[in-house]
Amino acid sequence: MKKSKLRNAEELFFRGVMILSSSVIGFVLVLILWSIVKRGFPALSWEMITQTPKGGFYFGKEGGIANAIVGSLYVASGATLLAMIIGIPVSLYMNVNLHKRKKLVTAIRFLLDVMWGIPSIVYGAFGFTIMIFFGMHSSLLAGILTITLFILPIMIRSIDEVLLSVPKGLMEASYSLGSTESETSYKVFLKQCISGVTTAVLLSFGRAIGDAASVLFTTGYTDHMPTSLMQPTATLPLAIFFQMSSPIAEVKERAYASALILTFIILLISIIARIISIRYQKHKIKI
Amino acid sequence: MDVFHLRRLLRNKFHTIWMVVALVFSMTLPVLLAIGLYYKSSGLLMEQSLLSIIFSKDWRPLSGHFGLFPFIISSLWVTVLALIIAGPICLFSAIHLTQYAKSYVLKVMHPIIDILAGIPSVIFGVWGVVVIVPFVSQHIAPLFGKQTSGYTIMSGGIVLAVMIIPFILNILIEVFKSIPEELTEVTLSLGATRWMVVKHILMRKAFPGIVSAFGLGLSRAFGETIAVLMVVGNVTQIPRGALQPGYPLPALIANNYGEMLSIPMYDSALMLAAFILLIIVIIFNFISRMVIHRMIKIM
Repeated sequence: MKKSKLRNAEELFFRGVMILSSSVIGFVLVLILWSIVKRGFPALSWEMITQTPKGGFYFGKEGGIANAIVGSLYVASGATLLAMIIGIPVSLYMNVNLHKRKKLVTAIRFLLDVMWGIPSIVYGAFGFTIMIFFGMHSSLLAGILTITLFILPIMIRSIDEVLLSVPKGLMEASYSLGSTESETSYKVFLKQCISGVTTAVLLSFGRAIGDAASVLFTTGYTDHMPTSLMQPTATLPLAIFFQMSSPIAEVKERAYASALILTFIILLISIIARIISIRYQKHKIKI
Repeated sequence: MDVFHLRRLLRNKFHTIWMVVALVFSMTLPVLLAIGLYYKSSGLLMEQSLLSIIFSKDWRPLSGHFGLFPFIISSLWVTVLALIIAGPICLFSAIHLTQYAKSYVLKVMHPIIDILAGIPSVIFGVWGVVVIVPFVSQHIAPLFGKQTSGYTIMSGGIVLAVMIIPFILNILIEVFKSIPEELTEVTLSLGATRWMVVKHILMRKAFPGIVSAFGLGLSRAFGETIAVLMVVGNVTQIPRGALQPGYPLPALIANNYGEMLSIPMYDSALMLAAFILLIIVIIFNFISRMVIHRMIKIM
């Protein structure tokens, strides 16, 4: 009897530890969001979002971070677009053309998973080397190219994960009607998974907009609105980073407000992605 | 052959060629990264041997001394500390979510994990500066009878731990899910408690998967830059405890990109640091992914 009591006590104890662990994770997320909102909200103003930095901006005078917001949107949109042009065909090829070469596809998947783990600072350093090699200066274009490389494995792998769910019968049906491989890919597979693919693309966009280490080397930083691909561009994560390292209280306040803006954008993207993936689930053909 | 048919075939050909080009490009990316970084760092490697750079404590860029040892040690401190904090939490939480939790708990936890995974590094950095740094300085350091500003290895470790939690947790959940339910059910029917099943069956079966999930978390933490840079203090020294400031490798690269072109060989040294980072992360990832792929495939 004694033994079973001990067992039950052990069971109870570890169950408590487990629930505690899960709660800690939830608590930390709430704590992060709460501390960003609490600090950022008072400093937030319309001026922050709509104006570029003015003369005394870095001493706490007037101006905003509109240039960084626009710059970040440019960088992330450009990179996401390029990564889509490369990434969607790759994942389609893996799932349609190569569907019989199981071993090869497994190897590709494996390599992509390994690439997913390469830190963004390495991509940044690489982008920088390429820039120097071609004699380019830090610019919007360099940033877009670097971020493209960074999100490419992420995008391919997440779209691939979505395409995996397509029933095999659909491919056979499409072939038996006489369609070519590319028609099967784009008109059947892509259409079937369009909600999942959109979610994957949006998540890559979120990755692209939030990354600081790779744009640090490649896009540079300015106080102007970006007007050309060859000009340096400010980005939101770097704006936060630079303002955060200022000793002046007003500038730090703005860093919190900028952090709130970035967090808001990221949350918005993830909510939209979630809605899309739930809403369009019902249009799928099920076999 | 009519024109319509021909056009379809041509279009198919074109798409296939583009797909293959894109695939080959994506697959050669890591090799390109390695070659590019090695090419840039070869300038320094011609003058000094790799081992002497890695094990030298002497960091004086102005006189051409580029010892990376303090930075590598700092990186190890921060990463291991992060894993020590995040590891048990992830393990217990993953067991909870896969073995015990009701479905509504999963419904709540999934978005939490996803959102946590999507928060940008720099936001974690701001949070670290606002919450963790004062906490370390006011509450943790006095426990050990020490005084610090809070910008320490400890702060870096805590922030990193939070950042890698969603990452490790997701993999652990996959690993535990891959273990057949019959195994646990059989043991339960013999009168074992849930925890006994976990301890004797699940942990033993999942052990390689758990280790490699931790390995992946470790390599993720190793490369994290901005958040760590913001809280870790950035003092060039070999840290002797968690309550001292450190200067990890990625922070070194990110912090000095501005001046690296004005000092000879400086850019070479930083690119070498990036190259070392790349190689370490790839090796870690390769081994861990290998184990996980095999586990989830076979079972």
